[in-house]
Amino acid sequence: MAEEKEVVIKIENLVKEFGGRRVLDGINLEIYKGESFVIMGGSGCGKSTILRHIIGGLRPDSGKVYLFGEDISTAGDDKMDGFKKRFGMLFQSSALFDSLTVEENISLPLREHTKLDEHIIKIMVKMKLELVGLHGFGHLYPSQLSGGMKKRVGLARAIALDPEIIFYDEPSAGLDPVVTAVIDKLIVDLSEKLSITSVIVTHDMNSVFRIADRIAMLHKGKVLEIGTKEEIQNSKNEYVKQFITGSPDGPIGFFKPDENYLQELTK
Amino acid sequence: MNIFETIGRSTLRTGAAIWDVMALFFKTLYWLFFAPFKGKFIGRRYIFEQMVFAGLQSVLIVFFVTFFIGIVLAMQGAYQLDKLGAVRFVASLISVSITREIGPVLIALVVAGRVGAAIAAELGTMKVTEQIEALDTMALNPIRFLVVPRFLALLLMLPALTVIGDVVGMFGGFVVGVFNLKISPNLYISTNFQFLVMKDVMTGLFKSFVFAMIIAMIACYHGLNTSGGAEGVGRSTTLSVVSSFILIILADAILTGIFYFSSV
Repeated sequence: MAEEKEVVIKIENLVKEFGGRRVLDGINLEIYKGESFVIMGGSGCGKSTILRHIIGGLRPDSGKVYLFGEDISTAGDDKMDGFKKRFGMLFQSSALFDSLTVEENISLPLREHTKLDEHIIKIMVKMKLELVGLHGFGHLYPSQLSGGMKKRVGLARAIALDPEIIFYDEPSAGLDPVVTAVIDKLIVDLSEKLSITSVIVTHDMNSVFRIADRIAMLHKGKVLEIGTKEEIQNSKNEYVKQFITGSPDGPIGFFKPDENYLQELTK
Repeated sequence: MNIFETIGRSTLRTGAAIWDVMALFFKTLYWLFFAPFKGKFIGRRYIFEQMVFAGLQSVLIVFFVTFFIGIVLAMQGAYQLDKLGAVRFVASLISVSITREIGPVLIALVVAGRVGAAIAAELGTMKVTEQIEALDTMALNPIRFLVVPRFLALLLMLPALTVIGDVVGMFGGFVVGVFNLKISPNLYISTNFQFLVMKDVMTGLFKSFVFAMIIAMIACYHGLNTSGGAEGVGRSTTLSVVSSFILIILADAILTGIFYFSSV
């Protein structure tokens, strides 16, 4: 079924090193149009780094990243700007502009990238706020909002230009379970109502199974397994099993091996 | 680490920083002068906001600083000129030294402390809370939206503040001259302008132009290169103020040298 779908994001042999440490080690991914794709993995496994490559914030050391069928690893600034208008991003810390009101935050991309009339922009902002359930909060400043409300405003801003793809970086970070569920529902609603492709980076297993169509499990810069929600849930891979159940014991080592321990202590 | 290693390392780091500041400067010039021809203008609202903050709201502090400097200069000048029996020339001493030197430098230092620090802290906070990255993913260039308005505002407002400061400083001298040294107001004013030529004012304003560029570029550079949370923002702010102070004094020495030797 998946094979018939159109590929919007394709990553080939992506390698990235930071200061000699290989963070991404030959990543291969394909994300199809309209699906909700979750990249999951432990802290520091490189999942946010992949996201930064797709949105053009980082350039690969080697390998290729294709967005909408075009190679962006060598794209110029102007061309990249064109792509940026076609996707939205929800940041981990919401990243709302402190100096602007909620309304101004959402209208900023509209005002800068379209030639719409002021009153049409006002209407569009109200529609986006309605969509995330924050009607009537437009005049507030981000500092007056709770974490969950900020996330929702961030989401409204991400969809301001009616993007084809939305990227979510840890959408549930720092939120209570109920607000997390609300955000998850919004993500699902948006991808169903507006048929937007969603790429979600998270390690919150409850969210993962609520949102995902397909899942990629990342470990130490490598893709361990890619599959549909059911395939991952019934995975035989020990790493994946340990991650899903959140068990402290298993192949995903947390402690250093014992052999050099004495040596290191007495060094 | 031995001493050569330390020196070598810090030289390399300083070199890289200078390179980065120059790169930022040229990008700023690009967005200021070339991008408008491609239809990418700078929002007037952003420039106006920054002008109010950098200029209008700095007037009071500039007023105080230059007024008291005028008073101090008058007293100090009178103390020394008295020995030559030339107390009257306190007026020209103040007018020339304030317009050429003390006005531009002192006001630049005040503005570096007030506006430069605020810019570094604001951009630094935006950096560590992902706001800069958010701008970038919305295809809104951070240099165009954040750096250029601040650069332009300082470039316009610092010379304007300098003009105000020059006048206020002279007035401070006038107060001491008339009420303390008992020079008649008319005589004081005529002596004030006796040796003051247009070139003095112009060189002072030229200096403040250069200082404005230094303050804006250094503050924006440190702000945009902030990392490491709240502590990083504090570090950027400190670095921004300290390095702009040093660079302002250094640039002043170089410019004064150029003006001095070119007029000999």
